[in-house]
Amino acid sequence: MSIDIDTARKVAKLARIRVETGDLPALAEKLSGILGLMEQLNEVDVSGVDPMTSVTPQRLKRRADVVNDGDQQSAVLANAPDAREGFFAVPKVVE
Amino acid sequence: MSATWTISAARDALRKGEVSATDLTMSCLAAMDAGDGLNAFVHKTPELALAQARAADARIKGGDAPSLCGIPLGIKDLFCIKDVPTQAASNILRGFKPQYDSTVTTKLFGAGAVCLGKLNMDEFAMGSSNESSCYGPAVNPWKVDARKLTPGGSSGGSAAAVAADLCLGATGTDTGGSIRQPAAFCGITGIKPTYGRVSRYGIIAYASSLDQAGPMTKSVRDAAIMLQAMAGHDPKDSTSADIPVPDFEAALTGDIRGKKIGIPREYRMDGLSSEIAALWDKGADMLRAAGAEVVDISLPHTKYALPTYYIIAPAEASSNLARYDGVRYGHRAALAAGDGITEMYEKTRAEGFGPETQRRIMVGTYVLSAGFYDAYYNRARRVRALIKRDFETAFAAGVDCILAPATPTPAFGLGEQGTTDPVEMYLNDVFTITLNLAGLPGISVPMGLDTQGLPLGLQLIGPAWGEADLLNHAYVLEKSAGFVAKAEKWW
Repeated sequence: MSIDIDTARKVAKLARIRVETGDLPALAEKLSGILGLMEQLNEVDVSGVDPMTSVTPQRLKRRADVVNDGDQQSAVLANAPDAREGFFAVPKVVE
Repeated sequence: MSATWTISAARDALRKGEVSATDLTMSCLAAMDAGDGLNAFVHKTPELALAQARAADARIKGGDAPSLCGIPLGIKDLFCIKDVPTQAASNILRGFKPQYDSTVTTKLFGAGAVCLGKLNMDEFAMGSSNESSCYGPAVNPWKVDARKLTPGGSSGGSAAAVAADLCLGATGTDTGGSIRQPAAFCGITGIKPTYGRVSRYGIIAYASSLDQAGPMTKSVRDAAIMLQAMAGHDPKDSTSADIPVPDFEAALTGDIRGKKIGIPREYRMDGLSSEIAALWDKGADMLRAAGAEVVDISLPHTKYALPTYYIIAPAEASSNLARYDGVRYGHRAALAAGDGITEMYEKTRAEGFGPETQRRIMVGTYVLSAGFYDAYYNRARRVRALIKRDFETAFAAGVDCILAPATPTPAFGLGEQGTTDPVEMYLNDVFTITLNLAGLPGISVPMGLDTQGLPLGLQLIGPAWGEADLLNHAYVLEKSAGFVAKAEKWW
């Protein structure tokens, strides 16, 4: 299955990556090449095989539901491109 | 010069007082500065290194220093170190200084290791040549003509730095071969441990079900020493295994009599260099001469590992890399009047991510999108289960260790692969990728030089949690091969 220009535009939109219209044909072609590789999997008989969910069978560890960290506001904001008054600042979201 | 030492030799010299950690560190700092032509170190931390070296000297005087105390290491740019630039070779993390340390670096520095700086890599560990780096490619110290060669990837800076004696050892990470392929290209040793052996906390994520950190060193003994310090359960990584870590160095007995070595027939594939095929046979002879039995085995789903990986890894990456949105850390694009938050996301990610990272995010987005999830992602997870079952069947039949090539070819020239077709570059991982899918440990051991004079490696694969035995097999191979050549200094 190959990716056309409309699909490439849609995928870029879903991935939140701006792609200029002029670059879409080249992108579609490269994505199609990669997907071509994946088509090989259609030859494999996967009937009765469950999707693998973890590499080693294990039950996730549990811990007591208690606060074990906190008061990290300055560390959390230290790398923000724009932080004001203890918050992350972003362009207007709601009109 | 002491930068050329192995970790084990430096440990012994430090303990005997023949050298100080400070002198050893100064020697490495000088080698690092003289090694700028390799573009391996991308953020240097000389002040941190000297402070750690002084502390190590005091600890060694005290008499109970661990093996890594005073040993200068390089750290892949994927590991968070507090207040040290950490950007996964990506422009999207330009200027990022972590506010905390990864568990691996905490453990290494806690054991007294010295941090020389951060090492070059492919952006977000996505690549097999170190060419997808915002710093430009690291260069292989091995050179046979006018061309500059790739050190491999993604841990290319780590491999180049260790091979060129800029440091005594380095950390790497391996999602599809990113420790073992560069180790083979640069003539050093690199082990990818069992998934869950080493904590992933504080390591910038690429594909979380495949990522695993490991050491890249000048010898198998050094790999054992360094892995010992890196391994162990960590409550901060829910996938890290709460099982005992054996003494890896003590496992290096050199005795593999009666062991059964599997040779997977599916790995003898088109595109495998004839020299590497011959080396593979020679490696089997060496293990046989050491008293092991060599048997043919079948791993029937091998050829599907590559397409399986290139669905699962991008799918996980598209999710993991969604966090780079220009809000909490890293780059934010300059916005035009009237731009809203969607434009901020889209412009930031277009400017910050390199082309291969963008492609993998989009491939992942596509295979996870409505209507394709079952056809691609779930099918890949089913095939992944079959790939894992192949290995389990082989080990259940009594095989102790599997011997395979590490790479299809020796190192190639920078700019020679994958420029028009990304899939060409992906084929580099064909022998290494299967293990990540199955979660198994694998080690690349340098075996010799090809006819043009470039290093070649072989790979040993073990069962889950079998690193101790795996390292012992690698030790036998290392002793039999007797590889001691070093790249001639041109940089």
